[in-house]
Amino acid sequence: MSDATVIEQIRNVIAEHARLPGEAADLPAGASLYEAGMTSHASVSVMLALEDAFDVEFPDRMLTREVFESIDAIAAALSELAVGSSA
Amino acid sequence: MAELQAGTPEESAFLAELIDARMLIGSGVPGLLGRGERFERIRAAVDALITRAGADEEPERMAFPPLIPRRQLEQIGYLKSFPHLAGSVFSFEGDEAAAAEQERKASLHQDWSEHQSQTDLVLTPAACYPVYPAIAARGPLPPEGVVVDAGGAYVFRHEPSGDPARLQMFHQREMVRIGAPEAVLDWRARWRDRAVELLRSIGLDARFDVANDPFFGRSGRMLARSQRAQELKFEVLVPIASPQPTAVASFNYHQEHFAEVHGLTIAASDGQPASAAHTACLGFGLERISLALLRAHGLELDRWPAEVRERLELT
Repeated sequence: MSDATVIEQIRNVIAEHARLPGEAADLPAGASLYEAGMTSHASVSVMLALEDAFDVEFPDRMLTREVFESIDAIAAALSELAVGSSA
Repeated sequence: MAELQAGTPEESAFLAELIDARMLIGSGVPGLLGRGERFERIRAAVDALITRAGADEEPERMAFPPLIPRRQLEQIGYLKSFPHLAGSVFSFEGDEAAAAEQERKASLHQDWSEHQSQTDLVLTPAACYPVYPAIAARGPLPPEGVVVDAGGAYVFRHEPSGDPARLQMFHQREMVRIGAPEAVLDWRARWRDRAVELLRSIGLDARFDVANDPFFGRSGRMLARSQRAQELKFEVLVPIASPQPTAVASFNYHQEHFAEVHGLTIAASDGQPASAAHTACLGFGLERISLALLRAHGLELDRWPAEVRERLELT
């Protein structure tokens, strides 16, 4: 899976689960999802949907607010779990 | 069935002492306790102390039974966050033969749940829950919002324990603030500080700390950390009989959560457009504060320090 595909899939998950008032497609990858309107409950839905989409399980230490802060932060966490071009 | 959390030796000894002194009345089920006359005097005195402390805000008083519509519990997502704590009301549905079969099993203390059907009621898990739809039904709020005193309502948490400070049903003295975000946050901070002062004035070693709710499962761990990171919940803690101080009051900021669920809005005024209301609630655990007083000052009320008795108007 290429990095671009990973980002696109993350965007799809966010569009479906983050319940943002705006368009997830327009959001810069570094922008805060919380500032864009993602609630804590929505961030949990995003976390679970990412696990499904990428067939991974986030370890306990990654179940924090910061890990799901932005598209970039999520991509970094997924790459740590060996999802992406290096996998 | 939820696993019993056994009491520590100190907690178990304190419970035995309280039952022995007829302060509390055991039922045979952990966390289900009756209260004797002297305990009730203390609890009523603590309740009245809180009423006096909040009188300057002239809150609107409401009172609710310890049940809410099942639909409301479903709407607010309680079963997502706390499926392990909820209690729902089931009742018999069936013909005479089914009733006879249910009775036969019950008389043998066997499982008779198959004859029970879900009703539209659940036990109230937090005393503030009925307040939000009651206020929302009135339509948009004035710009200054509202303060509601929901009194000391019974709430249920399914967490059987041998610690007298962890009851399955207890009185939560709740107040609710609904309004603009800054007003709601100010109110919560003021009450948190006021609570520490109030509890110290009755001889309790109180302090506050950032806290989280006991959210369920892996998602719950993330919610708990997120709640802490945003300082959405504070607790005031005092020593009772546990190794660590026990939370006796909590101060919770819900942001727009309840406003979204129930449609709570602030009306447009002075060129300000209409906006979603924010909410906060605070709850004092009346039994826990009473237990802390008994632990700190002893079981003989007439030997409590004079200034504590005076502050509580316990004569």
